[in-house]
Amino acid sequence: MSRLPVRKTYKLFIGGDFPRSESGRTYEAQGQNVARASRKDVRDAVRSARGAFGTWRGMTAYNRGQVLYRIAEMMEARTEEFADLSKGRKEVEAAVDRWVWYAGWADKYAQVLGTSNPVAAPYFNFTIPEPTGVVGIVAPDEPALDGLVARLAPVIVGGNTAVVLASEPAPLAAIELAEALATADVPGGVVNILTGYRSELAPWLAGHMDVNAIDLAGADGEIPELERLAAENVKRVVRGRADRQSPYEIAAFLELKTVWHPIGV
Amino acid sequence: MTDLERKQDRSPVPSGWDYAPAPESRDIVTLEERYGLYVGGEFVEPRSGEHFPTISPASEEQLAEVAQAGAEDVDLAVGAARDAFENGWSALSHSERSKYLFRIARILQERSREFAVLESLNGGKPIKESRDVDLPLAAAHFFYYAGWADKLEYAFPNRRPRPVGVAGQIIPWNFPLLMLAWKIAPALAAGNTVILKPAETTPLTALLFADVLRQAELPPGVVNIVTGDGRTGAELVKHPGIDKIAFTGSTEVGKAIQRELAGSGKRLTLELGGKAANIIFDDAALDQAVEGIVNGIYFNQGHVCCAGSRLLVQESIYEPVIEKLKRRLTTLRVGDPLDKNTDVGAINSKQQLEKIEELVASGEEEGAEIYQPPCRLPEKGYWFVPTVFTNVAQSYRIAQEEIFGPVLSVLTFRTPDEAVEKANNTPYGLSAGVWTEKGSRILSMANRLEAGVVWANTYNRFDPTSPFGGYKESGFGREGGLHGLEPYLELDDSEVRG
Repeated sequence: MSRLPVRKTYKLFIGGDFPRSESGRTYEAQGQNVARASRKDVRDAVRSARGAFGTWRGMTAYNRGQVLYRIAEMMEARTEEFADLSKGRKEVEAAVDRWVWYAGWADKYAQVLGTSNPVAAPYFNFTIPEPTGVVGIVAPDEPALDGLVARLAPVIVGGNTAVVLASEPAPLAAIELAEALATADVPGGVVNILTGYRSELAPWLAGHMDVNAIDLAGADGEIPELERLAAENVKRVVRGRADRQSPYEIAAFLELKTVWHPIGV
Repeated sequence: MTDLERKQDRSPVPSGWDYAPAPESRDIVTLEERYGLYVGGEFVEPRSGEHFPTISPASEEQLAEVAQAGAEDVDLAVGAARDAFENGWSALSHSERSKYLFRIARILQERSREFAVLESLNGGKPIKESRDVDLPLAAAHFFYYAGWADKLEYAFPNRRPRPVGVAGQIIPWNFPLLMLAWKIAPALAAGNTVILKPAETTPLTALLFADVLRQAELPPGVVNIVTGDGRTGAELVKHPGIDKIAFTGSTEVGKAIQRELAGSGKRLTLELGGKAANIIFDDAALDQAVEGIVNGIYFNQGHVCCAGSRLLVQESIYEPVIEKLKRRLTTLRVGDPLDKNTDVGAINSKQQLEKIEELVASGEEEGAEIYQPPCRLPEKGYWFVPTVFTNVAQSYRIAQEEIFGPVLSVLTFRTPDEAVEKANNTPYGLSAGVWTEKGSRILSMANRLEAGVVWANTYNRFDPTSPFGGYKESGFGREGGLHGLEPYLELDDSEVRG
């Protein structure tokens, strides 16, 4: 007689915890009941992302790089589970390798993107990249796992914290990823993942006054409306693509700070 | 006249500070009675048929009439820019492009006095500033970007840099020619063509710049200049033939532009307002810091987006700083912009003066303490006495809103943490100042301040090599430096907007 498997309850990922939606709602996706987040959950997720921002950006670049590498380790260990929820092993391996690639950028992008500037006055003048803050990510539907990783990794390697709206039709890989993140030394709140209806959640994320940038990779017909909402606090709007991998994907979520330091005896 | 001004009129001017007038001659500037639009390399009559007067804010005297470009005019300018882009400019060898920009830089240097006088005449800023700051920096900006034009592949290795196309550029009235340089130089260096819209109240140096282009023999249509008010800017923003919009101005208008462009996929950079903190620690060189405070807020009548409009003084030195500051204020000479002794010129427009007066009145109503030095103001024109508010709470409008005038709000702090918290407590994030003799503190403060530019033991200093631009609601994108090229280039492997 075969054993009846124990199923998983698919929940949200906010501040390092796995709560149900405060609304008590679920929807069915990929044959499972999945939490259907509310706009209150969006606000909670943004608050937790803002709370984690100081800690995360304050860590050394070396340390952040090691945390990203640890994510790759945790994903590798769950390859089978991820393969079941994505297009298979190949996608999982691509996603793991992507984390490793971005992990290596943590202590290098500032050297590629920053400058020292020869001003015509006695100042040491330099320009350094800094994280913009809280980034909203509307994750692509396709590929659900690697597409999410392609958008999330460049955001957090730069010291930002993230609120992710998982793919609406294919949210399970995102939740599986949350479980990997929870065991990968990523401080609670650095990554928050919401599942639910994009049309219910994306406008609240795009219009939120404490979100600094938004990646509309998974948005489509609603892009004009989301970009209009984003103007409310001059958000940085990125139309990310799931197939991009470069240090300029990191740069899209960075601010440039220029400092004039006096030179004198 | 407000109560404020009446009060000042009664105050005696300290006799020791009377200076004989030292006016710069206006003869060097020759103005037309009426200007058309500069489209396709020549001045054309506006199809709109409308003109409006442009004045000197120091005397309210009409200087000339300029065209109010309408939708059809903007369309013609965009057509000329597109034509120039596709038929020559973008395909021109990069070293030739570079040499055109070097020519422009040189001609600006040669004609700098003429431009400086006109800038002060039309905008109200002291000749000392237009002569020593605006003009040298504008020329330097062209010189800097001239050198980039044929070196772009070294700035962005492996990214195949190529021009975006036609850029619409909308600039403010506080540094008319300098903002023109900040916009046009990187755009042309990157191989784009442009339509520039100068501010409604300060079109004249941009129109004179057309003559520099003639002398430089720049191909027609590479730079087009359309004058007008906000309606002209709106036409430019929504024109489908434009690939990129660059705007410098208020946060309110910036947001409206971002909304207008939503969904269009057009590139956008915004350089918007600010409410910068200028932070003075107790170990700072106080006399130097006081000079920096004055330069931070009274430079260019406070019409500076990065002005140090919130002074944060460490409590232990509050009294000596305020005392020194007040004493220094009594020595500022307010008056004729063309007088070489003038420190603070005319407010740029009646509208701006009314806005400053309204905010200053709100400061008094909310309970802040006002100080204005004794000062005699000219009878005609728009003027505002350099003003300091003390006893300011963070919630007051004068501590929250951009005044864009010679008005300083003073707050205090005890610890570096408190200074950072107060400095960052604003939706803006353009600039900040830090005054301390401790290098490690400079860097730790610079690290924690949410601002695109941090000046240490200096303020309001600019350089073409130094990127400038904001965090948060002060905008996005950088002008100046290597980073200032990026908004005007298509680059491989980049979905970065702006």
